[in-house]
Amino acid sequence: MDMEATSNTSANSTSGDSPAVPKRGMSTDSVHAGEQRQKPGDSITDPIFCASTFTFSSTADLLEYVEGRSEREEYGRYGNPNEKSVEGKLAALDAAEAAIVYSSGMAAIVGLLMAKLNAGDEIVFFDQCYHRSREFCAKHLARFGVVTRQVPTGDFAAMEAAINDKTKMLVSESPTNPHLTTIDLEQFAAIGKAHEVETLIDATLATPYNIRPIEWGVDYVLHSATKYMGGHNDLLAGAICGSEEKLESVRALRGILGGVNSPHNLYLLERGLKTFELRMQRHNENGQRVAEFLAGHPRVERVYYPGLPSHPSHEIAASQMLGFGGLITFEVADADWQAASRIVDAAKIPRIAPSLGGVESLIEQPLVMSYFNYSPADRQKFGITDNMIRLSCGIENSEDLIADLAQALQA
Amino acid sequence: MSESPSKSLQFRTRAIHVGNEVDPQTGAVVPPIHLASTFRQPGAGKWGEFDYSRSGNPTRSGLQRTLASLEGGCGALAFSSGMAAIHGVTMLLESGQHVVAGSDIYGGAYRLLHKICNRAGIEVTLVDMTDLDAVAAAIRPETKLLWGETIGNPLLTIPDLRGLSAIARSAGVLFGVDNTFGTPALVRPLEHGVDIVMHSATKYLGGHSDCLGGTLAVADEELFDRLYYVQNATGAVLDPLSSFLVSRGLKTLDLRVREQSRTAQQLAEWLEQHRQVKHVLYPGLPSHPQHLRAKEQFDGFGAMLCFELEGDFQQTARVCEATELFHLAVSLGAVESLIEQPASMSHASYDPADRERFGIRDGLIRLSVGLEAAADLQADLAQAIDRGMAG
Repeated sequence: MDMEATSNTSANSTSGDSPAVPKRGMSTDSVHAGEQRQKPGDSITDPIFCASTFTFSSTADLLEYVEGRSEREEYGRYGNPNEKSVEGKLAALDAAEAAIVYSSGMAAIVGLLMAKLNAGDEIVFFDQCYHRSREFCAKHLARFGVVTRQVPTGDFAAMEAAINDKTKMLVSESPTNPHLTTIDLEQFAAIGKAHEVETLIDATLATPYNIRPIEWGVDYVLHSATKYMGGHNDLLAGAICGSEEKLESVRALRGILGGVNSPHNLYLLERGLKTFELRMQRHNENGQRVAEFLAGHPRVERVYYPGLPSHPSHEIAASQMLGFGGLITFEVADADWQAASRIVDAAKIPRIAPSLGGVESLIEQPLVMSYFNYSPADRQKFGITDNMIRLSCGIENSEDLIADLAQALQA
Repeated sequence: MSESPSKSLQFRTRAIHVGNEVDPQTGAVVPPIHLASTFRQPGAGKWGEFDYSRSGNPTRSGLQRTLASLEGGCGALAFSSGMAAIHGVTMLLESGQHVVAGSDIYGGAYRLLHKICNRAGIEVTLVDMTDLDAVAAAIRPETKLLWGETIGNPLLTIPDLRGLSAIARSAGVLFGVDNTFGTPALVRPLEHGVDIVMHSATKYLGGHSDCLGGTLAVADEELFDRLYYVQNATGAVLDPLSSFLVSRGLKTLDLRVREQSRTAQQLAEWLEQHRQVKHVLYPGLPSHPQHLRAKEQFDGFGAMLCFELEGDFQQTARVCEATELFHLAVSLGAVESLIEQPASMSHASYDPADRERFGIRDGLIRLSVGLEAAADLQADLAQAIDRGMAG
């Protein structure tokens, strides 16, 4: 096994190996992929390179770099050793050739779309999505002459109908936030290929533990690495995974726009990824158990969780995903928004906060947290109901979470 | 969480929440890292909760509260290294006093007791901690400390914690154990009557090979005050950044240790069948002399294992050098698997005669099983043994 095969961003966990070498376990990649076997100072872990710039020993050394005869770092905005190793790890986990890391998930999607779209181009979006992604496309890409067409989530006929010769990208989350609708990635990728349109999946809620969209033919995978990848609610980061060729222009634009992450953060992200598989197993287990508990509770009217047969997209989720993550959305029976708030306030273990995917459970009411300033008509359009609560199950013991929710539901 | 979670919450939930209460000023879900060396006071001669970071620091204090909860103690202290923590314990002793310690304790503890404490006129007797009669016989009137390990290093012996506690109690001797190999996820010595539980937090508690640290936890307020006095007076405190990293590590401690133990069990069973392996030392194997005690005392068998090759010093060294996943390094307990030869590395500070006496032979290899997939680790060991033994 050649550890160096995974030590740069252009190699994934298998591409450098002969077909005879079996794919390594996910935790093996979590711990080792992307990192050099022998590190500076013989350290077991990657040193944190705070350097903003990197020195050349001589003009001859500089010329060698400028003329493309050597690969090395130059200036922090163009690259950093901590960035290289964590990008290598993310690419290996997502079965992608390459990954590009950004300062946040939004910086990642903006970085990709700004690199790929020109005035006059169009994108087609499934309508259930993170409200800031929607806002960026509808409000800001529009200022640059890019048209966003939204079609109902999962309606592939509507998506195909919206494609024309100006369409450059099909975009969806899977599962979506907060309705947890899972998209058939095989069909999604096939439509893109048939129309020669690139495809992007925001797989933040799924994570590569549960599905690797590249393996289903999707071109780009987006992660808010702030969530499960970092996993400890203590850093912001975003990532785009894809082929080296497709990402070349994206990487170049990041160097110009500068939405890079910091070496300290990148180290914490790398450290968080070491326990990625364990954390995801627990998030999946807690998500499933808590969803089942909620589904059987008399005060709960509806539970949105891909692992429950009652979810409209359960069948596709079960056929394509290994597990369903820790995010659950549910609606309280016969409750107005204040009654739902009382349940949120009564929960003792989950804390009230936006975000998800960390070891600590978080709870929020989408109406109050993200959609408070929307009109009732818009909220209805986006499927945000007054009695809706979103819970991000952490990795606490599920018995504790269930006992806490049981008491909170009495509020 | 608005109120501090009660003791009724399970281990993993407490590891995440106790000591990590939301910052009241900003609502930050992860407490801020307080790098401040000093703290502004309410008035001249009036002292706030924190005054100077050696005496107390909010980040270290949060970690200490988590540790106290996980150990089931009344308080915990975080030191700059595991050795600093053990040194803190030995500083409770005075000239003319005597220590009884286990015969397969960590080499650094051996060195502290034999080469540093002796300068203060403190004597040490090493005994097999699995032999209660030998321990009782070694205790003298001037004995003030009994020091052992919940899982011995490197021979992975398992002492009877309750039996030793009873001996120590009746002799009026403090009983301290190094629980580094056991971790509070698998065994909480304070529940077995031990007075002081110590950890090298560098290992499983931090868990990522990226910080040094040591901890002490106790169940007795008066003993806590004495140890705190020593720590504050001598100053080997854990820095705020490392305190943060250990706190972050504790959140996945339970998951890591259980997964690593599962893999270690699998590797131990496989090694026991390997034709070039003389024997395997792992508490989870029925062949381990204290297997039944481990089963009764622990919630799992840990992720450290030793095996002795049918090979000489050179062959053993070559096997350690031939691995491609296991890193050749001392230390242990992290996500990366490590391999080492105790005779030339972790226990090189033992006198050769003591190494021989305590069974730390040249063919012995110690593994710290990490988080990698078990199949990958087994394949790596198989090829390393083949290459090392053939050379």
